[in-house]
Amino acid sequence: MATVAVDPRTDYLLRLGDDALVLGQRLGEWCGHGPVLEVDISLANLALDQIGQATLLLNEAGDGDQLAFHRDVLDFKNCLLVEQPNGDFAQTIARHLLYTTWQHLLLQRLTRASDQFLREFATKAVKEIAYHRELASEWTIRLGDGTEESTRRMAEGLDWCWRFVPELFEVDEALHAAIDAGIAPDPREFEDEFWSAISAVLREANLQAPADQRPILGGRRGHHSEHLGHLLAQMQFLPRTYPDATW
Amino acid sequence: MSSDWPLWEVFVRSKGGLAHRHVGSVHAPDPELALRHARDTYTRRMEGVSLWVVPSAEIVASDPDEAGELFEPAESKIYRHPTFYDIPDEVKHI
Repeated sequence: MATVAVDPRTDYLLRLGDDALVLGQRLGEWCGHGPVLEVDISLANLALDQIGQATLLLNEAGDGDQLAFHRDVLDFKNCLLVEQPNGDFAQTIARHLLYTTWQHLLLQRLTRASDQFLREFATKAVKEIAYHRELASEWTIRLGDGTEESTRRMAEGLDWCWRFVPELFEVDEALHAAIDAGIAPDPREFEDEFWSAISAVLREANLQAPADQRPILGGRRGHHSEHLGHLLAQMQFLPRTYPDATW
Repeated sequence: MSSDWPLWEVFVRSKGGLAHRHVGSVHAPDPELALRHARDTYTRRMEGVSLWVVPSAEIVASDPDEAGELFEPAESKIYRHPTFYDIPDEVKHI
């Protein structure tokens, strides 16, 4: 089913909500598999923060459960970065550093949004995501400036994620409408700030930024990698098989 | 991996004015991550407003084998408790 045209506000809520939902689901995949017990708990906490945010955003966009569990892959509007597989711990940290640095800068601006829901949402979420960004930065520095193996893995994790960053700053027609309507901040306004923040972390981590790669875009318009279908199959299986199940 | 990391004892202050209380321990490679791990492990249900972490190796503990000589002598000295003494009715403000 192709995405039906929705109003700019709903579209924007779905973009942010799907980002949080998919990233939360990815982080949840670590549960019971973390490299050490303490990190396992950390990752589960990060997952729950994201899923909590997704719940708020998707319930504002419509029926949250319906949107999360009964939509097909083409209707998801998350960015490609968050659906990327966990890989090893370093790749998960690379993805989290890049996404939550962007998310934090966005939420800081949304705390001053004219839309009351988004303003109140961001005021709560910005504190959670400040912690995510801080934790991801700390781990990037330790892995990058760690052993030969951890440095290699961190560099490979960043290299995997790098081509998905430009999508975070892409302003397509739908986002343009949301910006014009005064709902969404223009992400290009904090692109410089994003790159200088990432550069500062990489410098401290003794890592080189990966070489520029051909950007991959399209997630916001439903053109996803094969990875999202597998993620949704697992996440949606139960409510789709037993639609009225309660527990 | 975590067995390579030193152990840290975690202390949580549950609210302002109360003392930090020992709640458990975490493994972490350094002080900053020890605080993060303590936060994620022990304050996820709003248990605290302040955290301390201390390297477990820095804690100096009494020897259990010396428990007898260290602690038992106090048992027979109940006069060290203020409740041992009868307070005369005439004494006010106690």
